[in-house]
This record gives sequence, C-alpha cells and structure tokens, in this order.
Amino acid sequence: MTLITTPAVALPPANPPAPIKATRRWGTPVAYVVAVLVIALMLAPVLFIIIGGFRTNAQITTDPAGWPSVWNIGNYLDVLTGGTFWRLVGNSLIAGLATTFGVVLLGLMASYVLARYSFRGRGILYAMFAAGLMFPMTVAITPLYLVVKNLGLMNSLGGVILPQIAFALPTTIIILVPFLRAIPDEIQEAAFIDGCSRLGFFWRMIVPLAMPGVITVGILAFIASWNSYLLPLFILNNDSVFTLPLGVASFASQYSVDTAKVLAFTSLSMIPALVFFALFERRIVGGLTGAVKG
Amino acid sequence: MSVRESTPTRLEVDLANGGARGTTPVAPPVRRRRRTPLAAKVEIAVLVGPALIVFLGFVIFPVVMAAYYGFFSWQGYGPPTDFVGFRNYITIIQDPTFQEALSHNGIIVVLSLVLQGPVAILLALLLNRKLRGQSLIRVLIFVPYVISEVVVGTGWSLMLQSNGAVNGLLEKVGLGAFTQEWLSNPDIAIWTLMVIITWKYVGFAVILFLAGLQGIPEELPEAAAIDGASFWQIQRHITLPLLAPTLRIWAFLSIIGALQLFDLVYIIWGQYISSIAGTSTMATYLVANGRDSGNYGYGNAVAVVLFLISLVVALVYQRYVLRRDTEGAITDKGTSK
Repeated sequence: MTLITTPAVALPPANPPAPIKATRRWGTPVAYVVAVLVIALMLAPVLFIIIGGFRTNAQITTDPAGWPSVWNIGNYLDVLTGGTFWRLVGNSLIAGLATTFGVVLLGLMASYVLARYSFRGRGILYAMFAAGLMFPMTVAITPLYLVVKNLGLMNSLGGVILPQIAFALPTTIIILVPFLRAIPDEIQEAAFIDGCSRLGFFWRMIVPLAMPGVITVGILAFIASWNSYLLPLFILNNDSVFTLPLGVASFASQYSVDTAKVLAFTSLSMIPALVFFALFERRIVGGLTGAVKG
Repeated sequence: MSVRESTPTRLEVDLANGGARGTTPVAPPVRRRRRTPLAAKVEIAVLVGPALIVFLGFVIFPVVMAAYYGFFSWQGYGPPTDFVGFRNYITIIQDPTFQEALSHNGIIVVLSLVLQGPVAILLALLLNRKLRGQSLIRVLIFVPYVISEVVVGTGWSLMLQSNGAVNGLLEKVGLGAFTQEWLSNPDIAIWTLMVIITWKYVGFAVILFLAGLQGIPEELPEAAAIDGASFWQIQRHITLPLLAPTLRIWAFLSIIGALQLFDLVYIIWGQYISSIAGTSTMATYLVANGRDSGNYGYGNAVAVVLFLISLVVALVYQRYVLRRDTEGAITDKGTSK
C-alpha cells in the first residue's frame, strides 16, 4: 500500500530503514494542489445536496448557489420522523444483506469446486459463469420480469434478491476462483492425510483462508444491490416494498416543488452507502487490486 | 489443480514441502486419469448445484427468452403467438430514434475513454507518490462512485436546471453570459451528461490505476531515478508500459458500461425527454419502447441488438487488445486437468 522511499544512494545493508526523504524533483506541492482541487470538484455536488437540505425553498429559488442564511433542520427532521425513509432503508437493507449472503454462499461453494476439483466439464462450467459477465441485466430485464412474475415474486423483495444473486455470481466466481486455487496443495494434502474430508476441508480451511476474497465480493454485491435501480423499477410497483433508489426517485418526482426536502431526502439516502464505504474502503480497493491482477 | 491421485506418505509430503516444488527427486507426479468417483460427483453436484440453478434460471434463461420473444409482436399477455420473424429487427434498424440512441452510445464510449483515461492516469500518478493524507484523498475521490446513480442523477438535475445552482454560481462570479440550459439544449446536453459521467466514474478508474501502480516493483523507477531519469521520463517509459494491462482492462469495463448506460440518463432526462435532448441510449430506448409502451416483443428485440453489439465489441476487444493479458488467465493452461 504505502510507497517505501528508499534513499537514492545505496546504503550498506547493515543500515536498515533510515528513512531519508527522497525529495523528488517535481515538487510535491503541485500534487497537493491538484489533489485539493480534484477533491473540491468531487465533493462540491455532494455538498450542494447536503447543504441544500438545510435551506428553505424560498432561499433556493432566490439564490440557488448560496449558503444557508439560517441553518434550517426542519427538512431533515421531516424526513427522519416520517416513516417513508426508514421503511426504504429497511427494505434496501434486507435486499442488500440477503443478496450478499446468497452470493457469498453460492459463489464460494461453486468457486471451490471450480478451483479444486478436477472433473470433466469443469472448463465449460467456468466459461459459462464467466460468460455471465457479458449478459448485463439490461438485456435480460423484460424476460427476467416475466420469470419473476411467473414465480409469484412480483412486489416482493425476493423477486429482486434472487436475480441480483444470479447476476452477481460471475464477478464473485471470477474473483474467488484464483483465490481458492492459490491455496497451496500441501495444505490440502496435509488435511487429507489427517483424515479431513473434502467437505470438511472446505469448511475448516477454505472458508477461513478465502475470507479476504469473500469480504471483497460481499461488499461489491452489497453496494451493487444497495444502488440498483433498473431491476427494482421493474419488479417493485408498490410503495411498501420500494428500495431506497426507487424511493428517492419517486420522492423527487412527487415533491418536485419542495426542492429543499428532496435535497434533504437525497442526502440522507446517501449516508448509509458512504458510511459503509468508509468502513470497508481498504477491502474494496484491495478487492479491485485482486480483480485486476487475478 | 488436481488432487494428487497417488496417496503420498508423510515423507513424500515433507519432501515436497522441503524441496523446490515440482522438482521432487522421486518419480514426477504422474497423474493417473481416473473417472471422478461417485462421492466426488455428489459433492460437486451439491456445491455447484444451487449456484447453477440460480444462474441458469435468472441469467441464462431470461437471455435466451429475450432472443425468442424478439421474434414476436407481443404485448406481454399470454404466450406470444404473433410470430413476425425479423420484422422487429428491421424496424429497430430503420428507426431513426434508435440510430440516434446508438450514435449517442458511440459518443459516450469514445468520450468516456478520452475524458476519463488521461485524467485518471494523471491523478493516479500524483496520488501514488508519498502524500500526506493519501488514504483520505483516495476515499474522497471514490465517493461519487459509491453514491447511487439515482442520488447522483437527482442531485445533478436539480443543480443543472435553468434556475439551478450551476447557473446561479455562474451569475455570482460574473460569468452570467455562460449560463445555459444544460439539460434541455440538444447541443449541450450530451456534454453535460459526459461531465456527470466523468465525475461519477473517474474515481473508479483512479482506484483501479492506483492498484495497478502498486503492483509495479519499486526497484524499477528507483533504478531509473539513479540513472538520472526525470519524473516524467520514468512515468512515460516505465510506469505507463507496466500499467498497460490495467489500462486495457479499465477501457474494457468502461466501454461495456458506456454501451449499457441507463440509470443516469433515465433519472435525469426521464423516459421521454432524453431522445429530444440528444442523450438517449440504447438502454433507455429499450425501456421506453419496450415496457413503457407495452411492446414486450419489440423491447426484447432491442435487448438482443444491444447484447449483440456489446458482445461483438467485447469479442473484438478481447481478440485484439486483451489477448496477451488474459492468455493463461482464462485459457488456464498448466493447472487444469
């Protein structure tokens, strides 16, 4: 992760990390200026949404880009005390957690077989799952809607969760298979000699050893589910099962006159994803690294 | 990998652990071809089965059905009976609205690469140096990527309205002449969309590139620095070539994502205005002319076209650009069977 600066002049090896600052010619200040500038650009719209929620509609109309003259928390309180927001959060949470759990469980089991069993058809099986990357949900959305309808899962979170698991499987398997394959044969042999069955090996060795990969794919699946819009748009027509993105979209059109409230609602709805990301940032970045190298 | 068929004794295992792998002085591990034993078959079925069922049922089956429905004129009630052959496809190809959507996708593909690529490379190079608060900067750059498309779309569309914050800000700093109808002016809307896309997805590219940069052994730039290479020379001749595989994968993801762009456009421009504003994409065309107008057969035909275009692009890209990176990773010689 960190870039270890070693002195430009070779030191005798007996002289361990004496961190001499390798001052590079092209100044660091430039990097800071650019970084600050970029961050300002990145955060400005987010801040606009958050701060806008503290203003009143009158203020927003007369001075759209201004600072709140009085910090007005009424919009936020309205949203937080109304039931809608929490119901949306609850639905999104259920959908996200169930999707994550399903993807991790099914993905891990399938990846284990693909990585560590040799049998005829394995290559085809892997290729099929990998080909799933080529099928975006957009393409299958109408028939998918019909499948869900025929299963009687319309307007239920299950109708969103199952397809999400299915569409997250390719990424999961592609990330996990190299992970599981990298576990040395010797560990497996030693376990078998000590009388461990293959399934026992799976639970006792593979699952713990694959934990970093599992966490990565779990986070990716959760964020994808948390933010997904197209599928819930087709499957969920009833307010009571709306997930957060659907709720935000419908709130925004329903209260389009009440800009301040829409902004408050929108900014509250991004908090969970941001908190989640802040907590797992390293894992996400690490997972992407693995995916690139894998 | 495969489970060694010969039952190794402890001694052999120790030898294998101690000596260099693969050069065991004992006879090289001859893999006897044996039929997969029944127990292993059951294990395989139990472990792969659930994933396979879910995958076949919710990914493969709908995709196949999309291809089937695409040949019918069908409103979604009862089984499709009105077989129309390739008529849906002919209509699609001849529909100027679709052609426009397709061309918008093309513009978005190219501009995404051209705008995000250089910006992300520069940012990644800067952030890869020792910087105080580096991890904080990384998190903040990634923030727009984590926020959902719906939130991004809602926020930006409020900011970009004619009496929105962007125009308000321009007035304030004395650039009132530059105020625009950012969303509804067909000459500008696609550029507005590109700004939003760049804002949203550049963080992903930066993180990907940073990950790639961290995989480059430090010795290489250091050796070059000792030999008197400048910072930019090092980046140009050492870092960038070594980053190329990451760049190629990013470009691939970016192209496919741009071809299938839906959420942002649909949220910001709604289902109807996008084609007037010149930001419609194949996916918004699909939803508008499929589900929203009740022509399920036609919508599926659009989906097939969208899929085929993505597939051709992906295959061409794999064949001519990604091949050297994925050789071995996908074909997976050596370890399998």
